[in-house]
Amino acid sequence: MYAALWRILPGPLWVRILIIVVLLAAVLFVLAFYVFPWIDNLTAPVQDVTVDQ
Amino acid sequence: MSEQPPTEPTTPAGGAETVLKRPRRQKRSMVSRVVGVFGELLITAGVLVLLFLGWQFSLNGIMLSNQQASDANSLSQSWASDTPASEAPAPAPSSAAAAPSTFQYGEPPVLATPGNTQEFAVMYVPRFGSDFKKTIAEGVDPRTVLNKGGAGHYGTTQMPGQVGNFAVAAHRDGWGSPFLKINELQVGDPIYIETQDGWYTYTYRGSEYVTPYGVGVIDPVPQSPGATPTDRLITLTSCNPLYVASERIIAYGVLTDWTPRSAGAPAAIAGLVGA
Repeated sequence: MYAALWRILPGPLWVRILIIVVLLAAVLFVLAFYVFPWIDNLTAPVQDVTVDQ
Repeated sequence: MSEQPPTEPTTPAGGAETVLKRPRRQKRSMVSRVVGVFGELLITAGVLVLLFLGWQFSLNGIMLSNQQASDANSLSQSWASDTPASEAPAPAPSSAAAAPSTFQYGEPPVLATPGNTQEFAVMYVPRFGSDFKKTIAEGVDPRTVLNKGGAGHYGTTQMPGQVGNFAVAAHRDGWGSPFLKINELQVGDPIYIETQDGWYTYTYRGSEYVTPYGVGVIDPVPQSPGATPTDRLITLTSCNPLYVASERIIAYGVLTDWTPRSAGAPAAIAGLVGA
């Protein structure tokens, strides 16, 4: 999977590394600010801190 | 990996070695390819879970804490600018006034109950950290209140300064962990609650551990349902043990002082308010 991705990338080695770094940063950004908050909201009631009936 | 197309003709007659080996190698490479992709997916899933945990306990906590500090500051600043000038001179009425009070500035005012999820107070607890400053919003719903990294006020309980019990809940592990050090409170520790009217100083008195259904702790007189309250209490609730939450840890305090906004913030938190 990742090997295929590496083969698809164009350009010399440093261009490929640059593309990978940019892709990774984009993925992490989307995870941290969109995906993880969404998951966090789904799992919200698991950790309860209130007293309840 | 297999540069050979799978349609390679296999002739029974001919070079025995190559004929026997080729289909076998191709089959194995197909299987190993599938297994390889599957393995990479598993590794990716594992990394994602670790990233999520890291986000939850580190990055999200930092972001929520920053948000809390800025929310608290803007609340304090808006209250400071909203203070009516006519109300400004409010020195100690002392004992000359009609109703003698145990408080230096007389009976504390009581806020009207705010709208659901509205941030109506700021909480300062020096024991929780020299820069500890969290908002208190109405309600204890996890999604809309508690997961914002501040504290939530039990809607069925009294307001700050009111006779009875002002009960709030907050997270202890994750979401900024506002009540992380709730078990480190020591008798006599101050808990300051700032509202638009001023600062309520509660003094920590003791703790209790109850089941998640121990609703008696937020009664006007804790653990005495139906009793008529005479004290002005604060109750903090959070989860216990850390990361498990099979119990609740409860901290109680009693109102020992009240400072109107015109008199300025109590000295211990003066540097924190609105800054």
